[in-house]
Amino acid sequence: MMALRRIDPVGLLVLPAVLYLGLVYGLPLLNLLARALVIDGVPSVAGFVKFFSDPFDWIVIGNTLRIAVLVTLLSLAIGFPTALALARARGAAQALILVAIILPLSVGVVVKAFAWQIVLRRDGVVSQALVALGLWDEPQRLLFTEAGLVIGAANVFVPFMILPIYSVVKLIDPRLGEAAATLGAAPGYRFFRVFLPLALPGIVSGIAFVFSMAVSMYVVPNLLIGDRFQTLATLTGRSFLLMRNEQLGSTTAVVLLVLAVSVVVASSALSRRFGGQS
Amino acid sequence: MTPVERLSGIVVWVLAIATVVFLLTPLAVTVAVSFGSSAVFTLPAPSWSLRWYEALGRSRELWGVVATSVQLAALSTVLGLGLGTAAAIGLLNGRFPGRDAIVTFLVSPLMLPGLVVGIAMLEAYRAAGLRSVWVSLILAHVVITLPYVVRTVYAALSLFDFTLIDAARTLGLSYPRAIVQVLVPALAPAFVTSGMFAFLASMDNYPISIFFTDAWTRTLPIQMLQFVEESPDPTIAAISTLLILLAVVVLVVGDRMVGLRRMADL
Repeated sequence: MMALRRIDPVGLLVLPAVLYLGLVYGLPLLNLLARALVIDGVPSVAGFVKFFSDPFDWIVIGNTLRIAVLVTLLSLAIGFPTALALARARGAAQALILVAIILPLSVGVVVKAFAWQIVLRRDGVVSQALVALGLWDEPQRLLFTEAGLVIGAANVFVPFMILPIYSVVKLIDPRLGEAAATLGAAPGYRFFRVFLPLALPGIVSGIAFVFSMAVSMYVVPNLLIGDRFQTLATLTGRSFLLMRNEQLGSTTAVVLLVLAVSVVVASSALSRRFGGQS
Repeated sequence: MTPVERLSGIVVWVLAIATVVFLLTPLAVTVAVSFGSSAVFTLPAPSWSLRWYEALGRSRELWGVVATSVQLAALSTVLGLGLGTAAAIGLLNGRFPGRDAIVTFLVSPLMLPGLVVGIAMLEAYRAAGLRSVWVSLILAHVVITLPYVVRTVYAALSLFDFTLIDAARTLGLSYPRAIVQVLVPALAPAFVTSGMFAFLASMDNYPISIFFTDAWTRTLPIQMLQFVEESPDPTIAAISTLLILLAVVVLVVGDRMVGLRRMADL
């Protein structure tokens, strides 16, 4: 019966959403690209030449990438073991870890960044804990430092590292490890040659999620490090909201867009190469 | 188990417990500060008090902003649910080329930097002569809610057996009634969870809203960030605690509807 229908009226249901997004979101993005590449009606890359020839802008790019890399590494370091624990956990332990991941995801970033402002102060919880453990001789302020920014940002983004890894790891058959052990493989060999290759697609997409979010975060650096430290996103926001320099803003916005899109595209190509179905 | 395995197992659990504590820290701190008497966020609080909630109750300005955010989130969630569900049904039943590309396009606002999307919209709407703050905010927020609906409802629908609808029609139901009586109950959990997450995403959005709000029409995150920057006091912790409470409600309802584990499917 389906095959007899020439024009499928059900398929047309997709049109309103596609037209809507195309009009209020797709076209504006194309327009943004066009504006950054056309100056006074002539195609020109002058905006980008100017941007990339200013040493200050390279500091901004360096800040953006350095912070994003550190946030991604910290998220991976704590997110990977958490994903493993979540995949092994049952009952109450599993529920606790899931709540600890999903609840913060449902709370806005302004709330969390505000809380980290309190936590990272000189008399904040982190400083008190480090002094109590004897790691620090005296209380120090982490707020408005790069370390504080990395900690706060990793806190906001680590669920996006845990969940993709968990979604892959939970499907790995535990009997594979046992089979490798029966065949005489040492624990290290089993982890690096059997387990890790299977978990890799999840790790790759976790890294891509966290990195692209960390590159473009705006509220977190605003609250945790302040104006003196600029990233591509804060510079983009400032050029529109404070400096009214829209040429600069469009240029940095396009740089940011290209960065985020290439991370997403590269990661999906990578995980396909590693045999992931995601 | 070899000693190495036992040791690595312990390390994994210690790191996982530390991560759970780390993840819940900002929420716990916010709640603790909101019930403390200290105006400068001293922790542990010298004594407990409800003064920040009283201050919150008195703040006319803030409740106006909350009303704006709730109306905006509700309206854009309803519009997102309508457009997104229709699109998901069309995608799964229609036979047309480029289905994957269309799905990617429909969920892409989740992956792009919000700030860039906001700027692109700001410039385009201004060029089109759109002046109304409300209309701009709603147009923009449907772009935020729609991807959540498409993602979740599409995933739920791909598990749905559409021959059930043909069966219902064979048994004498009209096509619309078959949809209402067979498809809608099967989709209800996906509908509720994606609607709740879309609502929260709209309520919490900062980087897109910032370009469309003005002195008269503000959303809650914009107002909160301004408070944090200009006059931080624990009233912000009190409103944040209410937002955390809202997230807890969403979590409990979501757990009842689909279970925590399915909610964790990104």
